Amino acid sequence: MKHIVKIMTLLVAVSALWVGLLQTSIVPQSHTWLLPIYFVVSLGCYGLLMVGVGLMQFPTCPQEALLLQQDIVEAKQYLKQKGVDVIPTDVVDA
Amino acid sequence: MEVQHKSKFSVIIPTYNERLNIALIVYLVFKHLRDVDFEIIVVDDGSPDGTQDIVKQLQQVYGEDRILLRARPKKLGLGTAYIHGLKHASGNFVVIMDADLSHHPKYLPSFIRKQLETGADIVTGTRYVKDGGVHGWTLMRKLTSRGANVLAQTLLWPGVSDLTGSFRLYRKSVLEDVISSCVSKGYVFQMEMIVRASRKGYHIEEVPITFVDRVFGSSKLGGSEIVEYLKGLAYLLVTT
Ligand SMILES: Nc1nc2c(ncn2[C@@H]2O[C@H](COP(=O)(O)OP(=O)(O)OP(=O)(O)O)[C@@H](O)[C@H]2O)c(=O)[nH]1
Ligand SMILES: [Mg+2]
Repeated sequence: MKHIVKIMTLLVAVSALWVGLLQTSIVPQSHTWLLPIYFVVSLGCYGLLMVGVGLMQFPTCPQEALLLQQDIVEAKQYLKQKGVDVIPTDVVDA
Repeated sequence: MEVQHKSKFSVIIPTYNERLNIALIVYLVFKHLRDVDFEIIVVDDGSPDGTQDIVKQLQQVYGEDRILLRARPKKLGLGTAYIHGLKHASGNFVVIMDADLSHHPKYLPSFIRKQLETGADIVTGTRYVKDGGVHGWTLMRKLTSRGANVLAQTLLWPGVSDLTGSFRLYRKSVLEDVISSCVSKGYVFQMEMIVRASRKGYHIEEVPITFVDRVFGSSKLGGSEIVEYLKGLAYLLVTT
C-alpha cells in the first residue's frame, strides 16, 4: 500500500470518528465543531516544538574538527614521504 | 579490530575535484581497516583538478588491486556514480562514503561490527543520536536540517533517524536491488534509498557518526534545495 494511502486512511478514520461524535452529541456540539481546529493547531505546535527542541539539543562535535586536523597533518606527512604530491599546485599552505 | 569472517568490503568513493581529499581519505581508510579484506573504488567524473593523477599515484603506494580507478568522462551525477562503482565491486558488502572527509573512515570498524552483530542488510550512519554530531554548520543549516527531518519523520515514518546522510554500508545484493528503483537526485536520493529499503522490509541498523563540514574543496550541491526536497518528499509519499 502506498504511504499516502495509509495517511489518507488514517485521516478518513479520524474524520469518521468526528462525524460520529457530532451525531451522537455526547460532547456539546459547539465543542465538537472546534475539534478539527484543535487538531490542526496541535499538529503545528508539535512540529514547531520538535524543530525547536531538535535545534536546542543539536549534537555538535567541535573536538572532532580538531582531531580531523591532526589526521590531516599525519596523512599529509605519510603521503609526502611516499611521493604522492598532495599539495595542490594552486594552493600554498604551511 | 579482530575479524574472523570472510567478508569483503568494497568502498565506493565518488569524486569530483577532490585531489587533496581523496589522498587523505585513502590513507585514513587503510589506517582504520587493518585486518579487513577491502578494496576502494574511486569513481571520478573527469575532474579538471587532476584527481585521477593522484589516484594513480596512490595505486603505486597501496597497490592497483586495492585501489580501483573507475573513471567516467564527465560529471554525470552522484546516483549514477554509485551504480557505476557498484558494477566493478567484487566484495559482498559495499560501503558508500563521500571523499570530502565529512565521513571519517575511523567509523568504518563500527559499521562492520554492527553488521556482524546484527546481520543487518544496511547499516547507516546517523548524526542525530548520542555520540553523533555535526560540526561547522550555520544556524540556518541546522534549522533546515531539523525542519526537513521532522517533516519527513512525521509524513514518511521511515524508521531511521538520519535520512539524508550518505555514509552507509550495504549488503551488495541489497544495494543493487534498491538503487535500481531510485530516480531522485541530490539529498532526496539518499532519502529515497533508505525509505525504499525500509519499505522493502530490509533490516536496517544505525551507528552514530560525527560529521565535520568539508575543509578543502567546494560543495557540488546547490540550487533550490528546499524546493527539491519538498518535491522529493511528495514523490516518496505517493510512490512508496
Ligand atoms: N563522480 C562524481 N562525484 C560527485 C559528483 N558530485 C559530487 N560528487 C562527490 O560526492 C561527494 C559528496 O559531494 P559534496 O559536494 O561533498 O556534497 P555535500 O556533502 O552534500 O555538500 P557539502 O556540504 O559541501 O560537503 C564528494 O565526494 C564529491 O566529490 C558527480 O557529479 N560525480
Ligand atoms: Mg560533503
